[in-house]
Amino acid sequence: MAAVTTPRQKVGWGSANFVVIALALIPVLWMVSLSFKTPAAILDPSFIPASWTWGNYHQILSTSQFLRPLINSIGIGLIATLIAVVLASMAAYAVARLRFPGKSVLIGMALLIAIFPQIALVTPLFNIERSLGLFNTWPGLIIPYVAFGLPLGIYTLSAFFREIPWELEKAAKVDGATPFQAFIRVIAPLAAPGMVTTAILVFLACWNDFLFAISFTSTISSRTAPAAMEYFSGSSQFTVPTGPIAAAAVVITIPIIIFVLFFQRRIVAGLTSGAVKG
Amino acid sequence: MSTTAETVAGTTEQAPKQGKRQLSEGARAERRLGWLLCAPAVIVMVAVTAYPVGYAIYLSLERYNLELPQDIKFVGLSNYGAVLSSPYWWQALKVTVIITVFSVAITLVLGMLLAMVMHRTLFGRGTVRTASLIPYGIVTVAAAYGWQYAWTPGQGYLSSVFNDSAPLTSEVKAIAVIILAEIWKTTPFMGLLLLAGLSLVPEDLQKAAKVDGATAWQRFTKITLPLMKPAILVALLFRTLDSFRIFDNIFILTQGANNTGSVSVLGYDNLFNALNLGIGSTISVLIFICVAIIAVLFIKGFGTAAPGTDIEAR
Repeated sequence: MAAVTTPRQKVGWGSANFVVIALALIPVLWMVSLSFKTPAAILDPSFIPASWTWGNYHQILSTSQFLRPLINSIGIGLIATLIAVVLASMAAYAVARLRFPGKSVLIGMALLIAIFPQIALVTPLFNIERSLGLFNTWPGLIIPYVAFGLPLGIYTLSAFFREIPWELEKAAKVDGATPFQAFIRVIAPLAAPGMVTTAILVFLACWNDFLFAISFTSTISSRTAPAAMEYFSGSSQFTVPTGPIAAAAVVITIPIIIFVLFFQRRIVAGLTSGAVKG
Repeated sequence: MSTTAETVAGTTEQAPKQGKRQLSEGARAERRLGWLLCAPAVIVMVAVTAYPVGYAIYLSLERYNLELPQDIKFVGLSNYGAVLSSPYWWQALKVTVIITVFSVAITLVLGMLLAMVMHRTLFGRGTVRTASLIPYGIVTVAAAYGWQYAWTPGQGYLSSVFNDSAPLTSEVKAIAVIILAEIWKTTPFMGLLLLAGLSLVPEDLQKAAKVDGATAWQRFTKITLPLMKPAILVALLFRTLDSFRIFDNIFILTQGANNTGSVSVLGYDNLFNALNLGIGSTISVLIFICVAIIAVLFIKGFGTAAPGTDIEAR
């Protein structure tokens, strides 16, 4: 917090704010504009649609080509997030609070996975999933999402867990609670805000994924929304389905904007907690 | 085993030496619990990453084309010879390095500016943060479609601003558009990481320097930057490795046409278009080696603190 003194400086920072907000929003508004354009208006590069229509939304939401993948995205994202947060909480608790050999190995492993090029896993996992019958199923996406959500979860949660007042757990133990009870009854409720933050970050990562989604699925029974947009068809074979794709892009962006509006502070805290300590 | 411990049990205040047995008993339970709590996470991470990486190395030594399932054969390192002598690999690597270097460098500068704006502003602080989180959170593919249409001649606002140009059809311009899309998407993340580092710079120091007559630029280069160095290096490491695996933006914007494919796009094409598991795995292993080299360079070369070492130290 620096003191902004002169009016001139205020104007300067104010216009800088305006530039940032405009740069962040213009591409999003462009997509919203496209999604409301009629097929004829799409060929007009102006920002305000010459003629408005709900047709693009009607088109994508009336067929299973987008609805089913949207349900897949939500279902797969929620299940993967739940599993990743539960497993990461257990590991992060151990990392933050317990002394045990192998802790640095765990942290090193999580770091390796966090920086891991996903494409390097696509080829072997594709073959493994084919032979296990996991290809083109929900678990076929949930399992890799959990694995990539875990490092993020362990880092974020262990940073949060270190801030929790530790004496309370000791008090619970003195009162006769086992370490496991102390974890479930005392620490878990205190850790809830950190877990919500982590859940949001992990869900956003699953929601955002494209590479695994197009690699491990082949039909709409498990394809997620970002992957499904590629398979949209235009009104005729030779037209690009610009309007429907823009509408789909807006639909999958809405949850993000809602998350960001409600949890802005938490997302910022979560993003920066794991990476920039010390 | 715990006889001596039992004799002193009950007294809360003990000399350290007397309590040693009891501590080690507790330490053993703590160790067991630690392993127990970490086990499920470790099992999932090993099963989904370590095992497939091992499997990829094995596959990379085989001739294995899904179209010719009878012709699977151990061929040693010849896949590596084939990939490393192929112009496609080197072109993809060149494109990846160019995109990584430019997008990370520009993102660093813009992220620093964004962090300053977020740090200095009293008015509309929450608004700026919320707005800048939207590019971070938005699905890359959705944003990429937006950029693609924006640069399509005849229908895109950016194309019409630049005289109906069609940048996505030429190599250099298409790479520039890809870099632009990357920068838009990742600057907020960089800005937030740097903002966290910026808030660690003591305000008193800035004021003292100001009193001593240091200009704003001097204060930035002599105080802010050196103090932020650890935060900057960690942010750079993350962004570089993330940028190196670029896939989504290229896949939507150009499909890798006109020599714009990254190494990830090349690996994907070899698996799903050429159906060649052997070559695909070889590319996977090579990408993994590249990423490992980048990480080692950062951590050993620049002295970047490996993230998480502070957790370890506790």
